[in-house]
Amino acid sequence: MKTLKNISFWLLFIAIAAVAILPIAQSNVSMREDFFLILMLVILASSTNIIMGYTGYVSFGHIVYFGSGGYVAFYLMQTFQWHFVPAALVGGCVASLLAFLIGMPVLRLRGAYFALATIGINEAVRSFVSNFEPFGGSVGMFFNFGVYDVYGGAKNAGQFAYYAMVVLALVTIATSFLIKKSKFGLGLMSIREDQDASMVLGINPARLKVITYTISAFFPAIAGAIFFFKNGLIEPGPAFELHRSVEALVMVMLGGFGTVTGPIVGAVVYERLRGFLITNETFSNFHLVIAGGLLLLIVLFVPAGLVGWLRLRFAAVRRFLE
Amino acid sequence: MILSVENVSKRFGGLQALDKVTLSVKEGEIFGIIGPNGAGKTTLFNTINGVYPPTEGHIKFRGDDVTGLQPYDLSKRGIARTYQVVRPLGELTVHENVTVGACFGRENLPLEKAEKVADEVLEFVGLTVRRDILASKLNVAQKKRLEMARALAARPILILLDEVLAGLNPQEVADMLGVVRKIREQGVTIVMIEHLMHAVMNLSDRVFVLDYGAQIAEGTPQEVSNHPKVIEAYLGDPEVAKRFLEGTSS
Repeated sequence: MKTLKNISFWLLFIAIAAVAILPIAQSNVSMREDFFLILMLVILASSTNIIMGYTGYVSFGHIVYFGSGGYVAFYLMQTFQWHFVPAALVGGCVASLLAFLIGMPVLRLRGAYFALATIGINEAVRSFVSNFEPFGGSVGMFFNFGVYDVYGGAKNAGQFAYYAMVVLALVTIATSFLIKKSKFGLGLMSIREDQDASMVLGINPARLKVITYTISAFFPAIAGAIFFFKNGLIEPGPAFELHRSVEALVMVMLGGFGTVTGPIVGAVVYERLRGFLITNETFSNFHLVIAGGLLLLIVLFVPAGLVGWLRLRFAAVRRFLE
Repeated sequence: MILSVENVSKRFGGLQALDKVTLSVKEGEIFGIIGPNGAGKTTLFNTINGVYPPTEGHIKFRGDDVTGLQPYDLSKRGIARTYQVVRPLGELTVHENVTVGACFGRENLPLEKAEKVADEVLEFVGLTVRRDILASKLNVAQKKRLEMARALAARPILILLDEVLAGLNPQEVADMLGVVRKIREQGVTIVMIEHLMHAVMNLSDRVFVLDYGAQIAEGTPQEVSNHPKVIEAYLGDPEVAKRFLEGTSS
């Protein structure tokens, strides 16, 4: 595999792994909590980028997979006392299956219609879950503390969840990189640029898009499983929060859509910015307004995003920043 | 016969875009298609390479009935095509554009081999110096070459060229004609739609004339240009016809 010989891939991989180890090495719990959230956002942004940045399909409702993966895993752990790992994997597979089934009809839509459809799906799944008794309906589900005993108590379970998130972030980024640098990824970018011309060049867009959408649903689903496992409580509202999808879009646009590092940079910058705004007295109620304004400014003035802009501007950067 | 179009009609609502068109292309020849604007030339290309199925009739490629197959299936079988209005993949580099053609074309190459083929083809059409710039940054003549390179990278058996000369200046036309001849020398069969009469008359082995979706003449360039129906229906003005015969009109 050519990717494994790629310097920028290893630079990125090692940098993230090294940073992720920091809070553990310093046994700094508040730092760990911060990083946990950032890594989660990196996963959400990177997986949104796979369908949006590479393939050109803006998914406004990608959070639906975060919620459904979280719900399925939570249900298996709570009701059948499954261990986290198989439960999360099943959650991921269910979300991918859902994406596959939804993707077949919906990915035929183009542009704004697709974006609207994804919002509709998120809302539909949320109302379904709110009325689905086995999942606790609108009240949701919660763990009793005994669930965490297998992991050495609630405190260690938090540590365990953090490790899981680090591993998932690395796997997500590696996948994003592999796709970008593969023949498959080239096909996706061709579809993004001109679907009809791609067909004439020998690409079957329907197939490629459905596969991509299925892959891109897997990672947020696992992230959802980890998040709600650690949370100990899952409700329809927080699981299917539409504004999280919008935030993921802002992160992708901010960092640079269609690049591997863009969503990572975007997630980190956005999380820091949001952290600052929420704790700031003047802005705390307006952080979403500012996120929206930011998105507008990026789209207008730096459509390529931070990483995209650097890549365009400085040819030397292209070798290190994918 | 490498390609046979048999009684193909295409209707869009009330518009009869193609009316029982029948033609056949021999292996290795350059087959020209001419006709006034709106005659259905591009529609004919679109039905041949699967962009939409014909309303009636059949299309055979290398003996197999390929009517109704998708463009990506036909690409795999060896039909490549360029667009009249160029369609570069703008945010990809020139090299990546051509690699797409090689990756998903007839040979369905893995990425690394496709990249090598792309380099060869860029050399062939003379775009090597532009290799790493974004396709959207090319000028019209270069975009036409890119379009050609992308189609050639698929290593096609048959290539459909839709007005590759339109919008080029005389020097660029001459260069492009050189490329077309070189393609033929490689053994690729060419079907070309062209408005530049002297080009089509000089290059083509046979010419097919379409008017209002129907065939009005077919034969060698000489036969076609002397055909009374062509002169009457297609050229109209006798003065233009005269210049057309002498091959000086453009």
